[in-house]
Amino acid sequence: MAVHIGLTQFLVVSAILFSLGLYGVITRKNAIMVLMGIELILNAANINFVAFTRYGAMNISGQVVAVFVIILAAAEAAVLLAIVLNIFQQLNTVNVDEVDNLKN
Amino acid sequence: MSPIDSTLIHLAFAVLLLPLAGFTLLIFFGKRIPRQDLIETGILFVALAISIYIMVQKVFFIAEPRIDFTFRWLDLGALIGHPGFTIDLGIAIDNITAIMLVVVTLISSLVHLFSLAYMEGDVRYSRYYAYLGFFSFSMLGIVLSNNFLMMYAFWELVGISSYLLIGHWYEKKSASDAGKKAFIVNRIGDVGFFIGIMIVFTQLHTFLFSGVFAGIAEGHLSGPLLTAAGILIFCGAVGKSAQFPLHVWLPDAMEGPTPVSALIHAATMVAAGVYLIARVFPMLTADALTVIAYIGAITAFISATIAIAQNDIKKVLAYSTVSQLGYMVMALGVDAYSAGFFHLVTHAAFKAGLFLGSGSVIYAMHHEQDMRQMGGLRKKMPITYWTFVVFSLSISGIPLTSGFLSKDSILGGSLAYGMLTGNYLIPIIGYSVVFLTAMYMFRLIIMTFHGEPRDVHKYEHAKESPKVMTIPLIVLASLSIFVFYSFNPLNPEKGWFLESVTKPESVVPGYQKYSWDFLQVKLVEKHPGETGVTNSGETFVTTNAYQMELERIHYTGLFLSLALALLGIFTAFLIYDWKKIDAEKLKQRVKPIHTFLYNKWYFDELYGATAVAGTLLLSKSFAWFDAHVIDGIVNGAATLIRLWSRLSGSFDHYVVDGLVNFSAWFTGLLGRGLRKVQTGRVQTYIVFALLGVIVIFYVFKQF
Amino acid sequence: MQYQFLGIGYLTWITFLPVLGMAVVLLIPKASTNAMKWTALIATVLQLVVAAVIWINFKPGLTGINDPNGFQFVEKYRWIDLPGVAWFGHVAVDYFLGIDGLSIPMVILTALISFVGVVASWNINKAHKGYFALYLLLDTGMMGVFVALDMFLFYVFWELMLLPMYFLIGIWGGPRREYAAIKFFLYTLFGSVLILLVMLALYFSVVVKDPATGQMMHSFDMLAMMNPQNFDPNSLLAGIGTYWRYVAFIALFIGFAIKVPIFPFHTWLPDAHVEAPTAISVILAGVLLKMGTYGFLRVSFPIFPDAILKFAYPLAILGFINIVYGALCAMAQTDFKKLIAYSSISHMGVVLLGIAALNTQGVAGGVLQMFNHGVVTAMLFLIVGVIYDRAHTRGLNDFGGLANQMPVYTGIMTIAFFAAIGLPGLSEFISELLSYLGAFQAFRWVAIFSSIGIVLTAGYMLWTLQRVFLGQLPDKWKELSDVNGRELVALVPLMVVVIILGVYPSIMLHPMSSTLNHLVDFVHKVGTGMTAVK
Repeated sequence: MAVHIGLTQFLVVSAILFSLGLYGVITRKNAIMVLMGIELILNAANINFVAFTRYGAMNISGQVVAVFVIILAAAEAAVLLAIVLNIFQQLNTVNVDEVDNLKN
Repeated sequence: MSPIDSTLIHLAFAVLLLPLAGFTLLIFFGKRIPRQDLIETGILFVALAISIYIMVQKVFFIAEPRIDFTFRWLDLGALIGHPGFTIDLGIAIDNITAIMLVVVTLISSLVHLFSLAYMEGDVRYSRYYAYLGFFSFSMLGIVLSNNFLMMYAFWELVGISSYLLIGHWYEKKSASDAGKKAFIVNRIGDVGFFIGIMIVFTQLHTFLFSGVFAGIAEGHLSGPLLTAAGILIFCGAVGKSAQFPLHVWLPDAMEGPTPVSALIHAATMVAAGVYLIARVFPMLTADALTVIAYIGAITAFISATIAIAQNDIKKVLAYSTVSQLGYMVMALGVDAYSAGFFHLVTHAAFKAGLFLGSGSVIYAMHHEQDMRQMGGLRKKMPITYWTFVVFSLSISGIPLTSGFLSKDSILGGSLAYGMLTGNYLIPIIGYSVVFLTAMYMFRLIIMTFHGEPRDVHKYEHAKESPKVMTIPLIVLASLSIFVFYSFNPLNPEKGWFLESVTKPESVVPGYQKYSWDFLQVKLVEKHPGETGVTNSGETFVTTNAYQMELERIHYTGLFLSLALALLGIFTAFLIYDWKKIDAEKLKQRVKPIHTFLYNKWYFDELYGATAVAGTLLLSKSFAWFDAHVIDGIVNGAATLIRLWSRLSGSFDHYVVDGLVNFSAWFTGLLGRGLRKVQTGRVQTYIVFALLGVIVIFYVFKQF
Repeated sequence: MQYQFLGIGYLTWITFLPVLGMAVVLLIPKASTNAMKWTALIATVLQLVVAAVIWINFKPGLTGINDPNGFQFVEKYRWIDLPGVAWFGHVAVDYFLGIDGLSIPMVILTALISFVGVVASWNINKAHKGYFALYLLLDTGMMGVFVALDMFLFYVFWELMLLPMYFLIGIWGGPRREYAAIKFFLYTLFGSVLILLVMLALYFSVVVKDPATGQMMHSFDMLAMMNPQNFDPNSLLAGIGTYWRYVAFIALFIGFAIKVPIFPFHTWLPDAHVEAPTAISVILAGVLLKMGTYGFLRVSFPIFPDAILKFAYPLAILGFINIVYGALCAMAQTDFKKLIAYSSISHMGVVLLGIAALNTQGVAGGVLQMFNHGVVTAMLFLIVGVIYDRAHTRGLNDFGGLANQMPVYTGIMTIAFFAAIGLPGLSEFISELLSYLGAFQAFRWVAIFSSIGIVLTAGYMLWTLQRVFLGQLPDKWKELSDVNGRELVALVPLMVVVIILGVYPSIMLHPMSSTLNHLVDFVHKVGTGMTAVK
């Protein structure tokens, strides 16, 4: 059975990836894990952009945006990891629920 | 106007204004002028001299019946198409005016003279003379005015001077009460007079007597309205001349000084009522005259009965005055015009004399007025006594006195009237009063002058009064003799007085006046030779039936009255001098009647319980009504509005403001609820965002 | 224009002189109270002088009322001019002053009473500056009412005198002054509101051509309101004898009736009189009460002649009630001032009776009675003031025998009392006589029943006289002194007026008569639908 690979399949993969990312962001208490969830979401978006470049009307700009996102994700990961590292050094935890110094 | 006429008018003005000038002088400079009393007295004697001149000129030398002087006092302009509104005033001199001028100035000047001694050392001596002057002015104004308005104005002014003089000793409550009573009771009559004047003016647009009479003659005022006008104007006379039912003020007025009583409350002012009726006589209808006759007769009778039971010498004289005024009013009512006016003049002389005589006695007895404390004064005060006797004989109607002449004319008139109209009650009352008059007058003389002195101490100090007091008495006593009025002591008809005072022609429409010619068929039968037949076939008497009847009954009436007078005198002597009948026992036997008479028929009590108490009650209840109901409504409205404002204040506070606060509170509540959502966890927010996206997705899926 | 001084008309002078005085009073330092008194006195004396000048130059025989050529000393300028007001269009108000035979007695009366009032205010003992300033303002308000011919202006003056009066009673009055002042103020304001409403209704009903621009516009000119042809046919108050005209008349009537005061709107008067200081009582009774009846004659009668012809009988009956009810209430009083207050009610009834008659003698009597009552009642209140200053009580039963203690005072008082009784030779006699004569011609029975008042008046007046002046003098009053020179200055001019007008009333009646005749004529003709007479 020849399976025709079209936009739908890409979007399904992207949606699964997005949902897994979202799940991670929502459920994990570890900041590192949350960060990884965010990376998953960003990559789900990238798949979408690339897929729209191929099948949709976005032309080359979809790929351009995907490249931007990759760069942005790298920058974001660097900054966030730095923040998490600092938080760990200060508070001895990476659990986001315990980082509530601003609350009181 | 001929020269002599205009002179007379000028002189009349002088007579009128002289006492006023005296009054002004005394009121403003009374304390600074020495012997003010003599100035005022002198003024009155000058006025008297002028008045005598006017009277002699008018009565004996001027043929025209009336000298008139009129001026325009007020002109209110005219509406287009309406007669203008003007008021003319003026003075007029006819025979009765001229005679009245002399009467007023004579009595007034004698009273001034008398007061020089009587009022000596009084606290308000100059004030007393000022008021006397003011009274003389007002009284002369009444006499001279030729119109209703001035008549009414001066009418009120004599009222006020009477008020002031009665209340001369106002420190005494009884005196100020009496003055007040006199004025208010008079005012009641005056309101009637005023309404009468308004009727006349509204119909005829003039106040002048001549204009009014002319208007009535032309028929502009007739029927019941004319009768009403006549009776209402007579109301003024009822008040001023103290006729029943307004007679109650005059006896109280004796609180004033005795010379004042003589001048105002015996001789002049109270006679003004009679003078008024004489003035308006031509316009009185037969019905009005009948009312007048009955009022006069009732008054004469009631007051004569009261006089018998009084012990205060001035009270007796006061009731006697009321009774005599009743006679005069009755005389005018029975159409005996000349007789009524004649009695006014003779009465002025002898009644003023009686009052001045009693003043002399009171002066001698150191202001004792109770006759039961007197007695035996004949020896101490011969001049007073003998003049007093002359006056009493005159008032009782004994021949050779003036009173006999005038009273007899009145009684004759009333008898003729009774015979012709069938009102027999009037002559019956008239004659019975003759008896009563003679009796109470001689009771007074006997109790005062005869017998033994009862208060020995006062008797010892009593002595004849000084000359200024006795001279007026002598003058008045001589004026009470027949010769001044008529040379025939039994019949005054041909005397100058009745010759000059003739009944004026009535202006009342024929059907409303006494037409004696058509009255009694009996008369026609009696005088068959003097009858004729009118066009309509009625029989009538060609000569004046009234005059004929008068002549027919003249001697009958004369002897009847004389007999009754003598009987009255005899009875008085029988009881009080010879003591053949015990007065005390008699009193016991007729105790209810005596009490009734002694208390003056309880008129004061009756009026006090009804009119006075009623008015006071009404005024109290109106004041209460005003303070509680009307003001209560006003304050109640204010309270209501305050209540309303408080309610709306509460509404504002609880409802309007409450709503505002509620919304704030509700928002707070909401906020408190929503705060729980705000956990601070990013993950929760993401969940909410996700849910939100899903919701939005579902919502927008519809479109 | 004739009759000017320094380029300003006499009527403006007489009206605003007191305001000038007020400005001066306000500039005077607080401590110099005497200077304030003298300033007020000079202002009122000057006012009296101007009044005398006006009186001398006044020409009798002219008509007035609705006839612009019948007015004298006329001043007419545009005062407020708003060409394009939303909804209303062109709004213009004239400064329109003028007097005729109806206003001249009132102008004289106001000037006279104001002068007397200042003399009587001499012993005011607190807040002099405020007192005299307000007093002079009040004076302007009163005078303005009597000379204004534009209804808006009339209303402004009418309200202008209300506020000073409120403060004069409320600050310088007796123990219950706040109550009395508020009662007076609210009561009168209630009336003013009604007047205002009718004024606006009239404004929107009347359409006249503006002489300046030639355009048709609404007007506050009272003279224009008197001509039925000036009413817009579609307006509320157009026509003759229509329903809304009667309503407007009654509203206006109540507004004026409160001032008179007519039963049952009278209860503010006794309270206000009792609490007010002497001078203010004098003004109140002497001038303010006359504004009500003046309002009838100046505004109500000529503008609503149809209505007054319809309501003349009820008005006469109200007059009767005032006379008898006032007299009976007076009889029951024990407070001297209250007694005189009620006697005012009774005497103002005579005015009503006279003017309701709507004939020559009745209206002339009514207007003369307004003047005479003003003078006599001012005397009476001064008399009470004299005794209250000395004894600090007004209870009639507390006195007695003052005749011996204060003879001059008693003499003057006797004249005032006798004038109030209506004794011939004193002024009130003739005015009451004319009023009654007029009333008798128009409503016979009302006049007859009203004459009960003649007896009642004599009753309570003489009773008062007896209680206060006759009898024995109580020991506590042995120290009372007789009237002093200042009090004589206030009393004697009034007494002279009373006597002169009593003997020869033509002095006052002559200037009024043609105007009043014209008024009577006008009311009868226009009120019955005949065209207006010029």
